[in-house]
Amino acid sequence: MYRYDELDRTFVAERVAQFRDQVRRRLSGDLTEDEFRPLRLMNGLYLQLHAYMLRVAIPYGTLSSRQLHMLAQIARRYDRGFGHFTTRQNIQFNWIKLQEAPDILADLAAVEMHALQTSGNCIRNVTADHWAGAAPDEIEDPRIWAEIIRQWSTLHPEFSFLPRKFKIAVAGAPTDRAAVKVHDIGLRMHRNEAGEAGFEVIVGGGLGRTPMIGKTIRDFLPKRHLLSYLEAILRVYNALGRRDNLFKSRIKILVHEIGAAEIARRVEEEWAEIRGGALELPIETIAGIAAQFAAPAFAPQPQSVLEIDALRFGEPGFARWLKANVAAHRERGYAIVTLSLKPEGAPPGDASAAQMDAVADLADAMSFGEIRVSHEQNLILPHVPRTALPALWRALAALNLATPNAGTITDIICCPGLDYCSLANARSIPVSQRLTRRFADLARVHDIGDLKIKMSGCINACGHHHVGHIGLLGVDKNGEEFYQITLGGSAESDASLGTILGPAVSSEAVVDAVETLVETYLAERRQGERFLDTYRRVGAAPFKERLYAAA
Amino acid sequence: MPLLKNGALVDDPWRRLADDDPLPGTDAVIVTLARWRADRALAGRRGPLGLALKNGDAVPPLAGEIQRFELVALEFPKFTDGRAYSQARLLRERLGFAGELRATGQVLPDQLLFMQRCGFDAFEIANGAPLEAWRKAIASFSVFYQPTGDGREAVNSRRRVLGSRI
Repeated sequence: MYRYDELDRTFVAERVAQFRDQVRRRLSGDLTEDEFRPLRLMNGLYLQLHAYMLRVAIPYGTLSSRQLHMLAQIARRYDRGFGHFTTRQNIQFNWIKLQEAPDILADLAAVEMHALQTSGNCIRNVTADHWAGAAPDEIEDPRIWAEIIRQWSTLHPEFSFLPRKFKIAVAGAPTDRAAVKVHDIGLRMHRNEAGEAGFEVIVGGGLGRTPMIGKTIRDFLPKRHLLSYLEAILRVYNALGRRDNLFKSRIKILVHEIGAAEIARRVEEEWAEIRGGALELPIETIAGIAAQFAAPAFAPQPQSVLEIDALRFGEPGFARWLKANVAAHRERGYAIVTLSLKPEGAPPGDASAAQMDAVADLADAMSFGEIRVSHEQNLILPHVPRTALPALWRALAALNLATPNAGTITDIICCPGLDYCSLANARSIPVSQRLTRRFADLARVHDIGDLKIKMSGCINACGHHHVGHIGLLGVDKNGEEFYQITLGGSAESDASLGTILGPAVSSEAVVDAVETLVETYLAERRQGERFLDTYRRVGAAPFKERLYAAA
Repeated sequence: MPLLKNGALVDDPWRRLADDDPLPGTDAVIVTLARWRADRALAGRRGPLGLALKNGDAVPPLAGEIQRFELVALEFPKFTDGRAYSQARLLRERLGFAGELRATGQVLPDQLLFMQRCGFDAFEIANGAPLEAWRKAIASFSVFYQPTGDGREAVNSRRRVLGSRI
C-alpha cells in the first residue's frame, strides 16, 4: 500500500491547519455561509437535511487495517456509530458537527487520509478496480496509476474550478470492474501488438440526468505519457466545457455536442505541445510508487482444504457464500472475499463501528492487513488464504457480514435518498430494505443468479440506476413517491444504458413490480442466461406485458 | 481597485481604455483584443501597452504578437469560473510571456495561491480582506504536486533529490 512520505504528511497537515482556520472564521462570523460553502465543500463537508455530512476519500478503495480502525473511531466519536460506504469507494459520516470537522480531518491525517476533492468542481477522488493486486486477469496494479493521478490532481492549480466535477477511473485488467465507461475519463489497461502495456483512454461517460457511455479517443497511450495526456484533456475541457448551464457542464455534453473525433483532435493537438515535458513520468518515479503496491508475502498453500470440502456439503450457507462471495485469486491457494454490506433489511453500504473494527482485525489475521471498498458498496478482503475461509466465514457470519449475495438481486446499489439527501425526490433506502426482505430466501436468490438492481432517489443518479440490470429511479408525482423502472443497463465491459420500461409505479407497488420482472425472466430464460442476457435476447415486450397487464 | 503585487498594495499605473476612448500619448493603457486587432495605430505607439483578454479568447494564436505587451489582464467573472487559470499557464509556459500577468474580477484570498501557481503576479482585489489574509493565503502550503512553471519545485523532483541523498 502507498505510504505517505514526509512531503505528503506536511501537505495534509497544512491542509488541516488551513481548514481549521476557515472553520474558526465561519464560527466567529467572519465568513458568511455563502463564503464558507465553497471552502467546506473543498474539504468534503456538505450541509444535508439534518446535519453536516463529511465525505472522506478512500483513494482507489484501498484501506489498511489501521485506517479502518480510525474510521470506526470517527464513527463512534463524532457520528452515531455508523459510516456509509459510497459508490465512489468513499465513506460518508452523516451526523457531523461543524466545530468538530477540523478534529476529524486531523484524526484522518494521522492515518494518512483526508477528505480533499470529495466535492466541488475539481478532479474527484480517483477510483480503481477493487480487486487490484489480486485479480487473476490483471496486467498491472491500477492503483499505481491511480496514486500517480491522485497526487497530480491534488489541489491542481489549473483544474480546481472546472465547469463541473470530474471523475476518473482506472482498470488494470481487460475485465472492467471499475465502470470506466461511465466516468468523465476511464482508463483501461491493455497490451498493444508489441506486448507493451498502456491505456485505452475513454472520455465523456457518465450517468446523472443525461447518461452517456464514454467514447474512446485513444486506443493506446504509453504509460509514461499518462499525466500529460490527462492534462491535455482537462485543459480542453476547462476551456470549452459549458459554464452557462449546470446541467450541461459535464465533459460528456461537450463530447456529445462537438463529437468524439473533434475532442480527440483538440486533445491530441494540445498534447503534442506538452508531451515529453515536465509531466513525463521518470522511470524511477513510477518504480518508486509501484514498489509500494508490491504483492504481500504470499506463502505456499496446500492443494486442497479438506475442511472446505466438508463444509461445502454440510452447510448450504457456506456453499452459497463460496459461490457468490469468494472469487479466484491470482496467487494459488488464496481467494478474494466480498463482505456483504447488504444483509436482509439493512441500508446498503452501512457499517457499524464495531463491524469496522472487527473487519480490520480480520484483515490483520487473514488478509495482510488490507481491506478494499467496492463501488458496489461492499467491503473486500483481497488476499485470504483458502485455508482460512471456514474460520473467516464463521467470524463474518457472527458480524452479519457473510450474507452470500454478492452480485445477486439483493446486492443493491442505492443512494442515501430522501432520508438524508436534500436533492432527493424519493426515498431509496426503505425500498432497498423491502426488496432484501422480499428476496430473503437465499436458495431463490441463487436460482435468480447474477442480477444487479441499482436505485437512485433523484435524476442525479448517485445510485447508478441507468446501468442496473433493473434500474429504479425515485420520482415525485404530486407529492407521492413513485419509481421509474429501466431495464438492460450494465456498467461493465458490455456497458449499456437501461431503457425505461413504462409508467412509474407507486412505492406500494414497486417491490411487487420487481418480483414480476424477475418471474418473467425465470419463465423466459434459457440455460445459463443471466437476467441481462435474457432481456437482451427477448427485449422489453414480455416484461412490459406482465408488469402492466393488470393495470 | 487596490492592486496587490509582490505582497504589497501598490498604486496602479495602468488605465483601461474602452474601445472608443481616444488613444492617449504615452500613458500606460490596457486595450481589448478587439481594439488591438482593429486599431493599427497601437502597434507603433510609444508608451506601455497592456492587453485584456476575455475567457473565451484562445491564447496560442497570440504567439507572434504577445511580446509587444507589457501586461496581460485575465478575468475571473466569478471565482468559480476557472478558465483564466489555463490561459495564464499557456501565456507563461507556452508563449513565454514575461510581463505582468494580472488577475481581475472576483479575486479572493482562497484562490490566490492557485493563481500565483499558474503564473499571475498582480491581483486586482476587492476591498475587504486585510493584507494579512492575502499574505497568509500565499503561505498556507509548502508542498506542491504539479510542475507548473511558477518556479516552485514539485514533489517528484524534490523526491529525486531526497532519494539521491539516501
